[in-house]
Amino acid sequence: MSTGPASQALGRSAGRRWLPAGGRLRGRAGIVLGSGLLGIYLSVLVLLPISALLASAASGGTSSFWRAISSPEAVAAMKLTLVVSAIVVAINVVFGTLIAWVLVRDEFPGKGIVNALIDLPFALPTIVAGVVLLALYGKGGPTGIDITFTRAAVGLALLFVTLPFVVRSVQPVLIELDGSMEEAASSLGAGSWTVFRRIVLPNLTPAILSGAALSFARALGEFGSVVLISGNLPFKTEVGAVYIFNQVENDNVAAAASVSVVLLACALVVLATMTWLSRRGSRHVL
Amino acid sequence: MSASEAAAIGRSAAPAAQLSGPPRARARGGDGAAAGRARRLGLRFAALGYLLALLGAPVGMIFYRTFEHGLAPVWDAVTQPNAVHAFWLSVELVAIVVPLNTVFGIGIALLIERGRFRGRALLGLLLDLPFAISPVVVGLSLVLVYGRTGWFGDWLTAHGIQVIFSIPGMVLATAFVSLPFVARETVPVLHELGTDAEQAAATLGASAWQTFRRVTLPAIRWGVVYGVVLTTARALGEFGAVSIVSGRLEGQTQTLPLYVQDRFENFDTTGAYAAAVVLALLAFATLLTMNLLAKRTHRDTVV
Repeated sequence: MSTGPASQALGRSAGRRWLPAGGRLRGRAGIVLGSGLLGIYLSVLVLLPISALLASAASGGTSSFWRAISSPEAVAAMKLTLVVSAIVVAINVVFGTLIAWVLVRDEFPGKGIVNALIDLPFALPTIVAGVVLLALYGKGGPTGIDITFTRAAVGLALLFVTLPFVVRSVQPVLIELDGSMEEAASSLGAGSWTVFRRIVLPNLTPAILSGAALSFARALGEFGSVVLISGNLPFKTEVGAVYIFNQVENDNVAAAASVSVVLLACALVVLATMTWLSRRGSRHVL
Repeated sequence: MSASEAAAIGRSAAPAAQLSGPPRARARGGDGAAAGRARRLGLRFAALGYLLALLGAPVGMIFYRTFEHGLAPVWDAVTQPNAVHAFWLSVELVAIVVPLNTVFGIGIALLIERGRFRGRALLGLLLDLPFAISPVVVGLSLVLVYGRTGWFGDWLTAHGIQVIFSIPGMVLATAFVSLPFVARETVPVLHELGTDAEQAAATLGASAWQTFRRVTLPAIRWGVVYGVVLTTARALGEFGAVSIVSGRLEGQTQTLPLYVQDRFENFDTTGAYAAAVVLALLAFATLLTMNLLAKRTHRDTVV
């Protein structure tokens, strides 16, 4: 691409020719200024706040950090969050792959619309997602199902907001997949399920893992869609993010920061692990 | 037997198993034609049923419930002064945050793809952070720096600047959560582009800015536009982070999503549904734009 000897020479001579002249120097100053502005922007926006978060969590020393994260309500909230998120991710893996399969391999009228609607949870504000789910599955809904104030409500909200991740992760891989391997397998007598399990699935696994990691990270921190439908009952339907919110409202910032750090660490660890696993798996993709 | 030989055999055996349906589904040699069609229909209905139960029916229900009693109560609810203020506040936040994140997002992408310094991995991590961090934690971390008792609290109070519980804080919160999109969409495009054209421009006498404006920018514009659409959707819909930093003062620091919650908690379901429908319509407009642009940028994924 741009690494051959000719273009390297080109680049070198371009640099040499322009350094003494005015044009490139002006350009360089602009780049330095731009990078500086960018650095300030990122510091003001991200780096300082995250540092403050870590500092606040550590502010009382390890004993106060431990006390904050081992308080019964905090533990209950985090346990609920982790368990429900894991279940939601498992469901997403199955249904997300199924939906991606149907969208790529099947044809039916309105497929384009369905494909576009997959991104709806991504475009819709989380609070609206909560209201929307309540309209159908809450009090006074037409189906008679009322899941407000239950853990199922938390699961439903998380399923809604994490829908696109696995689907969108798997779709491009499915599209790229060469059908000849599957044809070969079925010509050798393999049934459809065997073909899927032993030919298609191994190729999809990195994408599924990647989508699952994003789903999990999203589910761990979800707030807006859960806050209305679950009722936020402590020890029952209060998720981690709601617990943190309540602590902030009650001015227990250090406790809130401690739990936040735990939640954030979980998400980052999962993301890093799945990325690593998915990159390892990609090496075996044919 | 190599894969290609087996494939050749498979292809010659395929015509015997021709079925209606998409090409890849035809070569189901192992099972019968009827079983194949039944399976395909079964999968289709399972997928569509799941989507209907999770997405379609709830969204349909909201539209039905909102317009159940006609247009008038909805119009009434939407033209309430607090609702109108919330709407314009949301728009104002988007108008500030999106250009900021577009400019800086392109800058980040350029630094990642064209820069030669050691902190690039950190930049990549910064771009992934908003996906891992809960919006509530974003709000908390901003309060810890810019709040009254935060790192800059004393300095800000001394200079009469209010960040938290005011617009600047909300701008920061919205900018944080919508930061990565333009950069993430631009990085692969820059990567594919390569530096040939830019180097050629440099040899022809272009300064860095001229090269950027006339060579790089036109080439990355669809990636940027797609990123802008994603940023706008995210900024418009942000709830958790803004909830913490804004104090949710109605008529003052209440964005439209916060207004929805406020109406709901005050048992004004009409008001809540009406505002939710406005946001849902904006979301549909975003989806439409995304899909139209996806064809331009040859993408059919979001993340």
